Amino acid sequence: MLYISMKIKLTIALLFAFGLSQLHAQTKPAVKAHSKTPAVSASSIANGQKVYTQYCLSCHQVDGGGVPNMNPPLSKTSYVNGDKTRLIKVVLNGFMQPVEIDGESYSNNMPPHNFLKDQEIADVLTYIRNSFKNKGTAITVAQVKKTRASAKK
Amino acid sequence: MKLKVLRYLLPVVTMATVSLYALKADVNVVPDADNAGLKLPDGFGALKVADIAAKARHLTVTPQGDIYVKLAKPKDGKGVIILHEGSDGRAQITGGFGNYGGTGIYIKNGYLYASSNTEIFRYKLNDKNEVINQAEPERIVMGLKAGRQHETKSLVLDNVGNIYVNIGSPLSACQVQDRGYHSPGIPGCPLLDSAGGMWEFKADKLNQTYKDGIRYATGLRNIVGLDWNQQDNQLFVMQHGRDNLNSSWPELYDTKQSAELPAECMYALKKGDNAGFPFMYYDEIQHKKIQGPEYGGDGKKEADPKYLDPVAAYPGHMAPNGLLFYTGKMFPEKYRNGAFIAFHGSWNRAPEPQKGYCVVFQPFKDGKPAGDWEVFADNFSGSAQKTAAGRADHRPCGLAQGSDGSLYVTDDSKGFIYRIIYTKK
Repeated sequence: MLYISMKIKLTIALLFAFGLSQLHAQTKPAVKAHSKTPAVSASSIANGQKVYTQYCLSCHQVDGGGVPNMNPPLSKTSYVNGDKTRLIKVVLNGFMQPVEIDGESYSNNMPPHNFLKDQEIADVLTYIRNSFKNKGTAITVAQVKKTRASAKK
Repeated sequence: MKLKVLRYLLPVVTMATVSLYALKADVNVVPDADNAGLKLPDGFGALKVADIAAKARHLTVTPQGDIYVKLAKPKDGKGVIILHEGSDGRAQITGGFGNYGGTGIYIKNGYLYASSNTEIFRYKLNDKNEVINQAEPERIVMGLKAGRQHETKSLVLDNVGNIYVNIGSPLSACQVQDRGYHSPGIPGCPLLDSAGGMWEFKADKLNQTYKDGIRYATGLRNIVGLDWNQQDNQLFVMQHGRDNLNSSWPELYDTKQSAELPAECMYALKKGDNAGFPFMYYDEIQHKKIQGPEYGGDGKKEADPKYLDPVAAYPGHMAPNGLLFYTGKMFPEKYRNGAFIAFHGSWNRAPEPQKGYCVVFQPFKDGKPAGDWEVFADNFSGSAQKTAAGRADHRPCGLAQGSDGSLYVTDDSKGFIYRIIYTKK
């Protein structure tokens, strides 16, 4: 069991390193890779999937593809793969303003999910950033905690 | 010999007639070999009239073979697309007008009525049902509320000069936090004063606002499909039921119950009716009006009996976007005065398989639903797997009847316009 989980961790870490080196190659030396990149853990993925199934799936769907005109897809969008603070805020505060993604608008209101624990938010975001054809870095509990604290100010 | 000449001459004569008098000729209308991808009852066929590559909402078809389609969003600055049918039933885009998106479109007494999400316009038609001045419609109604969701304004007219328009609820169940986890209902749901119902306005009076209209019926979450039943001389509407029973109240509803409930309801409305949204919903399994969980309900407690009963109920979340009472002569007798309902297809049934993406037939007798509904036109999605996954190729939305009794269906996903005909002699 331990062995398997370590193996998954290793695989993900390797995949991630590979992805990063590709990114590095594409963007040329101007951008330096962050030295402090949170690793994606298997337990985070597993726990994140549970949270996703319970709180996100009924709108964003089994495949993360969302619903045309209503609920945005989670696949390969800048909202999911871009700015982490913005993404954490979507979960904490919900999303109720008009949005256009790839030329399509989405109209459903997403309620705040601030009742979720920091760990649950970190896990579910790490899960979606590494599912539905996404390959992203992990979201940490510390990042969620910080964003939640700054939102309260 | 003479016959042979006639055979060759006839199409020419027909085409000449079409161009001279703009009359519709149905002589060569035959179904596509694959029935445009649809599954239909025995004796029916379908053809793809056009692919307009836009979000085609409601439509209306004239006896002269013009089709007016309302688009959800304007395309190249045109929110209403005009097509003209050739003698083979295939139509070409001939124009468009109205730089606004929306859903409602309807022809009555020499006018074409069309809605944006906040206004209703009308356009005078000539004796060939062509819009005379596309650039200068009369604005009939203005200033209607439109939230981010349920913003469309479906419309229909009665026979005495009134227009009926849906003003959908901007909230799914009038919760303090829309669609929120354990979020209670806003006491009294005050948004019902200006939304969540059907409003009545005069069809010929300009620039009417809320104060000129009547809240004809309330407690209706969102209506997209609606029609005037000529037999009953009454307004019939299809309500989109509320979402998120499980995600808001997981201890009261499991995912299976949340997929089936609440019913998508057909209501026959009279002035002053209250269908109970958001204080209740209709449970088509228990056949009861149930108190909403946001307003003290627990999934079992029955609602106040004062609320209107639906005349028919369908599985949850299938999204009835089109309603049409069939008055044509082309289809067999059983369809006459019955209702076709275009179910756009579900999303809020997940993780259970999705449902819908079809046109349903609801038999009627003496102006009331009589007997079980049945799927009439199916496979808009492309396959059973695509239906279950909610990844449909096409989504039926608007319905219209051609002057020959054909049934037209729009698709607001890719923009197909289908025509269903009865081919059995």
